[in-house]
Amino acid sequence: MKTANITQDRIIEYLEQGKRFDGRKLDEFRELIIEKNVAKKAEGSVRVRLGKTEVIVGIKMAVGTPYADSANKGNLMVTAELLPLSSPRIELGPPKFRSIELGRVIDRGIRESKVIDLEKLCIKEGEKVWTVFVDIYSINDDGNLLDAAGIGALAALKIAKVPKYDEEEGKVLYGEPDRDLPLNNINPLPVTVHKIGNSLIVDPNCEEEDISESRITIGSSDGIISSMQKGEAVPITIEEMNKAVEMATNIWKELFKKFEKLLK
Amino acid sequence: MTDRKIVIPGEVIATGDDYLPGEGTEKRKNEIVAIKFGLAEEFNKLIKVIPLSGSYQPRRGNTVIGKVDNITFNGWVIDLGTASSAFLPVSEVPKYVNRNDLEEVLDFGDMVVAQIFEINKRGIDLTIRSRGLGRLDQGIIIKVNPHKVPRVIGKEGSMISLIKDNTGCKITVGQNGLIWISGDKIEDELFAKKAILYIVENSIISGLTDEMNNWFKENSK
Amino acid sequence: MTYKRKDGRKNDELRGPIVAKVGVVPNADGSAMFQIGKTIAIAAVYGPKKMHPQHSQNPEKGTLRCTYNMNSFSVEDRIRPGPSRRSTEISKITEWAIEPVLMIEEYANQVVDVHINIIQADAGTRCAGINAAAMALAHAGIPMKDMVSSVSVGKIDKTIVLDLDKFEDSEFEDGEGSTDIPITFTHEGKLTHIQLDGKISPEQLKEAIEMGKKSCDEIYEVQKKALKEIGK
Repeated sequence: MKTANITQDRIIEYLEQGKRFDGRKLDEFRELIIEKNVAKKAEGSVRVRLGKTEVIVGIKMAVGTPYADSANKGNLMVTAELLPLSSPRIELGPPKFRSIELGRVIDRGIRESKVIDLEKLCIKEGEKVWTVFVDIYSINDDGNLLDAAGIGALAALKIAKVPKYDEEEGKVLYGEPDRDLPLNNINPLPVTVHKIGNSLIVDPNCEEEDISESRITIGSSDGIISSMQKGEAVPITIEEMNKAVEMATNIWKELFKKFEKLLK
Repeated sequence: MTDRKIVIPGEVIATGDDYLPGEGTEKRKNEIVAIKFGLAEEFNKLIKVIPLSGSYQPRRGNTVIGKVDNITFNGWVIDLGTASSAFLPVSEVPKYVNRNDLEEVLDFGDMVVAQIFEINKRGIDLTIRSRGLGRLDQGIIIKVNPHKVPRVIGKEGSMISLIKDNTGCKITVGQNGLIWISGDKIEDELFAKKAILYIVENSIISGLTDEMNNWFKENSK
Repeated sequence: MTYKRKDGRKNDELRGPIVAKVGVVPNADGSAMFQIGKTIAIAAVYGPKKMHPQHSQNPEKGTLRCTYNMNSFSVEDRIRPGPSRRSTEISKITEWAIEPVLMIEEYANQVVDVHINIIQADAGTRCAGINAAAMALAHAGIPMKDMVSSVSVGKIDKTIVLDLDKFEDSEFEDGEGSTDIPITFTHEGKLTHIQLDGKISPEQLKEAIEMGKKSCDEIYEVQKKALKEIGK
């Protein structure tokens, strides 16, 4: 059942006082937990928890042909599955818009920031390159799957290892890690800012997400923004957008500190 | 059989011809077997299993809280979070209702506390004729495991009274697990919510009333 | 010559570790995780609830609907996300394995949805899924006559073995090759599911099923413990 109308009124009232039901500040994330290597057949995998929200992200790698316009670069493909397992509101069937958007937003965050050094994933120019598959699965939806997925994607990339490739046989030797996934020193993490009434908050739980009127996901790394996406149909003012960008880039600092610590 | 213990489906709870199979159990030859996961309890040779988890089982007379999902020509369809739909007919509202303007009494999305007066093949029929029933205008609604509701209410309402006294809030507990809390300040409502969630989390321990008395002493502002 | 297992197990020994936990998906009405060796499955139950689409509703009793899904990275060669013929078949097999013990006659027009997700696959995934699903259904308070437990028995060359791992299931080819027989038993001892892939005589099949029933009892104890220790 969606958040009750009277509860919604209270949430908005409380937000106007700068407070949230669970005691968090408007720009505060829930407790972040990252568990490494939860799926050992993946080249890298993590379980991420933000409060009760949980996602599992896994990296698989395969060798294939490059795209014509990037003959010397590896490929990246990001897919998200919002599983019916994770919420009574998600139905069986082909991926709905929410899954597709999530995959595409995370894809943009990784691709545009150039965190993966795709040129170093070229085996033979024009013929053979590595493809990095980033697959995201929701396990429990208590709001903000998007940021949880983005954190998971970066974490999985950071611990992923490229398997050995037998060039003669043309076979990938899964289970035989060869080297770290070639990454640049960039750390794109998404922070989605939600507008509720006149307040801007981050990391809403399910109850808060139900009354979010508008949201803007900002993927940044150390002050440089590389991806953005505004969702839902309520417009925002320029001030609100600027404030959201400021919030996101500031929060990135705290978030990244926790992230690094958890990945050690 | 003495202590209450957790049983799983198919588990033999007691053996003996004089035992009677209550709710959540089945008699197979001379054995009482659990058919639900929960706490097995015996009273005067009647053995039943009290579920610990799972969905709400509606019963006649239950007070429930729900949301108006739809308005038809003669009443309101209420979502109680159950599989069967619930209906509040215009005839069960204790005041005059303009047939052309049902929204005035209860609008889409409104929260209402009602009583189940009948359950049949069509679904659940509700009434708001008694005192304390009707639309909920202010406050917060929280959802808990419906099987923990008896603990939140307590023996003869002792627990819920304790919460009301310590928080100054009006509280109505729906047997379907939805609870309405209304206080003068949001802080009071959130304090009551915290107390209720603590009770739900620690529902299995005995001496919960003493535990809560201590909890309130330690947590008062 | 009897086959010597790569991981040193006896022929009638289950893989380890065997881990089971209940309540792993807070949003679900019931949920559980079951791990055996390197195979990990989670199951979440939602229901009973109104069934959609309406034309699938059964006006006489409740419906059990299972979906089995493997994560793309649960195996070495990535699986494209989405249903496959294999996952559709296993979903149905899972329904058939569990339905005999469910008591959902009272839930007309309603559905009990069981979602199974394989996080790590090393053979025996459908069995792990069924084991997780049974715990999740009990946790969800669904009335059940009994629990069900599932394991795969098999034959490696001429030897009957229990709980085939990935190598034994897919790669062993010597002699008579490998025969894989996933089975599911109610705790009482009735068979609710059996499949077979390979080459085996009726006598050896009997032996395999005996071995399977014994180990299903072992698995039942793990499932029971997980349910009784809920919240710990």
